Amino acid sequence: MKNNWWKIIAVLLLTYTLYFGLMGTVPRRAILNESIRNVYFHVPMWFAMIAMLTTSLVYAIKYLRTNDLQYDLKSVEFTNVAILLGILGCATGSLWASVTWGDPWPSDPKLNSVAISMLMYFAYLILRGSFDDEQRRARISAVYNILAYAVFIPLIFILPRLTDSLHPGNGGNPAFSELDMDNQMRRIFYPAVIGWGLLGTWMATVRVRVRMLEEQAD
Amino acid sequence: MQELRTLIGKEITLEWRQRYALNGMLLYIVSTVFVCYLSFKLKANQLTPITWNTLFWIIILFTAVNAISKSFTQERAGRLLYYYTIASPQGIILSKIIYNSGLMLVLSLTGFGFYAFVMGNPVGDLWMYLVTIFLSSIGFASSLTMVAGIASKAENNGALMAILSFPVIIPMLLMVMKLAKNALDGLDRGSSSEEVMILLALDAIVVSLSLILFPYLWRS
Repeated sequence: MKNNWWKIIAVLLLTYTLYFGLMGTVPRRAILNESIRNVYFHVPMWFAMIAMLTTSLVYAIKYLRTNDLQYDLKSVEFTNVAILLGILGCATGSLWASVTWGDPWPSDPKLNSVAISMLMYFAYLILRGSFDDEQRRARISAVYNILAYAVFIPLIFILPRLTDSLHPGNGGNPAFSELDMDNQMRRIFYPAVIGWGLLGTWMATVRVRVRMLEEQAD
Repeated sequence: MQELRTLIGKEITLEWRQRYALNGMLLYIVSTVFVCYLSFKLKANQLTPITWNTLFWIIILFTAVNAISKSFTQERAGRLLYYYTIASPQGIILSKIIYNSGLMLVLSLTGFGFYAFVMGNPVGDLWMYLVTIFLSSIGFASSLTMVAGIASKAENNGALMAILSFPVIIPMLLMVMKLAKNALDGLDRGSSSEEVMILLALDAIVVSLSLILFPYLWRS
């Protein structure tokens, strides 16, 4: 119980987000209308994905420093959860885009950047699959993980801001927080960010434990 | 510095001894350009500048992946092991990056010459376009050399090289294409300075990462 308090917080925060996210009052905006509620789901999922990938990077570096296979396991499981969150982020974003921008996959630099990053991390999983030796697989995929992260950050944060983008906060568009979010929404948005982040961590730790048990059983 | 010079010299000697590989790559780019020319038939002069530019850079992308993927597979594992005992890993990766930059420069300049010859040359600012080719050679070589090192450690590295390198190289490719488009339209050179800076920054990130990460890679 002592170590599990954050899981309870995750459940509470997400229940709160789900309930007030769907039932709470939101400001009326042209075009966005009720779809503004997606801000509680789509945006925090990306934040959580970036947090998962950063954690994965930290474990990759730790692995290279210590050669402890346990870090490799954590690194890959956090990447798996990040990919899942990325797919969910794409799906919710696609829904949102079809309502507000009239196209489920508009040609937008941020969408394309994300698609490329997903390809990069799929390639990471395929790279892992092509090794039999554990130490070798761990070392080489850790190296690729670091390289991929170094490309991921400019792709997500720098390149879309240089061109015109439909997303808020890019290409001279004001960010959501300046324009659309009132304090009522912030009260749900920030807990949502923490909640999705904790849920991702929880999923990753469960997967790590399963993998460790499997290895012990072998 | 001495080590670096010796290693680059070694790469060039090696390439010269296996001239068929170099000739093969030159033939590869020339025949790809020719295939494009024939595919567009005699309508090549009706290509819009954007199509012209995109086609050229896609050809260069495939040439780069093909040319650089062999930079670690050309030599036997035993010989690589020998290099690792006498040279520092930083020296090896740096020499390979510099050598590959030179190789890419030769390949893309040849490619550009032949491409402009058969497909027409709508470039407005030729010097700027050549600068773009120069920057892209360095950029492609630096990011692909590291990926080639990673792919060479795995079995069936042909397919792996492609899937690992395409996403990694796309930010650079997009910047290069933008810069090339500016040169193509003959825009004022000052307007391209931002792209040049970003390209150099991306190069710096990749080269410094290669220097840090390669020592971990070659040990396996």
